[in-house]
Amino acid sequence: MATVAATLVEKEEPGGFVLAAAGEWLVATAAELDRRLRAVQVPSGKRVTLDLAEIDRLDTAGAWLLLRTEHDLTTRGNAVEIRNLRSNFVPLFEQVRTGGMVVPAPHPRPAHHTLAGFLAKIGEISLGLVARVYSLLSFFGVICITTARVLRRPRRLRITALVAQMEQAGVNAVPIVGLLSFLIGVVLAYQGADQLRRFGAEIYTVNLLGVGILRELGVLMAAIIIAGRSGSAFTAQIGTMRVNEEIDALRTIGLDPVEVLVIPRLFGLMLTLPMLTLCANLLGILGGALMAWATLGITPPQFTRQLQSALYPWTFWIGLVKAPFFAFIIALIGCYEGFQVSGSAESVGRLTTLAVVEAIFFVIVADAAFSIVFSVLGI
Amino acid sequence: MSAVDQTEEPVIRVRGLVNRFGAETVHDGLDLDVRRGEVLGIVGGSGSGKSVLLRTIVGLNRPFEGKIEVFGHDVLAMSDRQMRQLEKRWGVLFQDGALFSSLTVAQNIEVPIKEHFSIPLSLMDEISAVKVGMVGLPEDAGEKYPSQLSGGMRKRAGLARALALDPEIVFLDEPTAGLDPIAAGAFDELIRDLKASLGLTVFMVTHDLDSLFAICDRVAVLVDKKLRVGTLEQLLKDNHPWIYSYFHGPRGRAAQHSEADAVSKQGARSAAPV
Repeated sequence: MATVAATLVEKEEPGGFVLAAAGEWLVATAAELDRRLRAVQVPSGKRVTLDLAEIDRLDTAGAWLLLRTEHDLTTRGNAVEIRNLRSNFVPLFEQVRTGGMVVPAPHPRPAHHTLAGFLAKIGEISLGLVARVYSLLSFFGVICITTARVLRRPRRLRITALVAQMEQAGVNAVPIVGLLSFLIGVVLAYQGADQLRRFGAEIYTVNLLGVGILRELGVLMAAIIIAGRSGSAFTAQIGTMRVNEEIDALRTIGLDPVEVLVIPRLFGLMLTLPMLTLCANLLGILGGALMAWATLGITPPQFTRQLQSALYPWTFWIGLVKAPFFAFIIALIGCYEGFQVSGSAESVGRLTTLAVVEAIFFVIVADAAFSIVFSVLGI
Repeated sequence: MSAVDQTEEPVIRVRGLVNRFGAETVHDGLDLDVRRGEVLGIVGGSGSGKSVLLRTIVGLNRPFEGKIEVFGHDVLAMSDRQMRQLEKRWGVLFQDGALFSSLTVAQNIEVPIKEHFSIPLSLMDEISAVKVGMVGLPEDAGEKYPSQLSGGMRKRAGLARALALDPEIVFLDEPTAGLDPIAAGAFDELIRDLKASLGLTVFMVTHDLDSLFAICDRVAVLVDKKLRVGTLEQLLKDNHPWIYSYFHGPRGRAAQHSEADAVSKQGARSAAPV
């Protein structure tokens, strides 16, 4: 703002120092004035007069600068007098003065730049982790108890909510899960064929596809997509309800939030993820078969015959049996993080991200655990 | 309430405003003048479109038809640059403050200053501390996050942010709703003091009868999709059924009485139902 003019003139008169302020003392000129006022050198013990006769416009920032100067000079042992303040600026001056002449303390620097601070930070994070695991376990316990209660009295199961969740998390996810699995099948067939052709073993592309998709990739793809799609939605829905005090409202009406909100989501996901896995498996194999036909010339009847010989009866079930467990993990973490929301809208976003990351992490950890168990069992 | 200049060009001029949502017409040919330096209270039944009017004037809602001028500039025909210049000259306090929840109160106040001016951080901290003090928040409130504040404190913090650039107009959306009578009275007094010291023009949507009697120079009533504007004395004589029952219902009478009996404004408010 070059057009706005504000000036500050220092004069030494017989009676003492005079600081004459003039022009527009506004927030637009405050940065420049601040610099000049800080540069003013007045020896302590002098009389100082702030002459404000020429000030045309004044706002809070300008008034603050003048009052701060007065305050600083007074604390340095000068006698300060404000002269010629226009009467229409007096209320503003008083308003700023009564607001408190508090010069804010500089923001304290975080302590973790020292070794002790670093160690303290590590300790803090570790303790936080232990506390989180503990509270996640207790949430798990609550869910188990509520599930047992609902199973004993099946009428408490909210069928409408359950079906709605199954539609949202399951049926509506079919296109995306199907499409992505189809593409994974295509990619897998293409890469597999490329490598196996070098040994003249192109036909084993079918084995690779069948075992890879049915045992691992189908269920994993479905679980990861659902973690991103429904796990995040669970956290955001329950978290927003917490911010709006809807959870508290449920409690005061005598409804158990876990029973009303968590159980339908949990059961809905545990019922639909196996079906989504089935869908992912089918479309993955289909994609692979089409690719094998196109690049290797393996016709569909050949493909089916080879597939039948490649698979054990349980290969299909090994993939499918993991689905409810993955669904449980996703729903547990999604709902748990939703209940962790407190106060602000910002924490909804943070915890939603956290829920997705944690859910995918634990799904893959669980998958690894299943692999170990299956290899010990020899299947 | 003497600073109102009757002859001057109005700071806000609304002509023939029509707002429609689907088949429902909220405003139908609404006119309004807001004069410099006055406190104008907007009242009306729930759902009569008071907040929509406020949102339309500040450019958050595009009207179906009509003309809106602020400081003589046509708001609807403005470029983005002109709009930014205009936004420096007004401040808006939303219901419940609408503070940015990831920032502290001090940082909230600094957002508009940072956006429009380049000012050293230390001075910015000082200015935000002044604003925190001016709206009557305790010193340590600047360091707190909105979720750590009570409803009344959030409103004050929201007002501090609205006042960050020393605007000429402040728009207040139900500033005293949800406050206890004492806090509401203190808020009224704050608005009056700030108006006196900063020369503010205040556009205030409110349900609070005591606020109307305590600080409003003129009142605009939204009835039948239009505004009826006048001083309180004029509106008290109006015999439109809604306006009559608004001012002459039990609460309206109580607010009038308490205002008449008041020795101090503070005392008046604690006696009146809110």
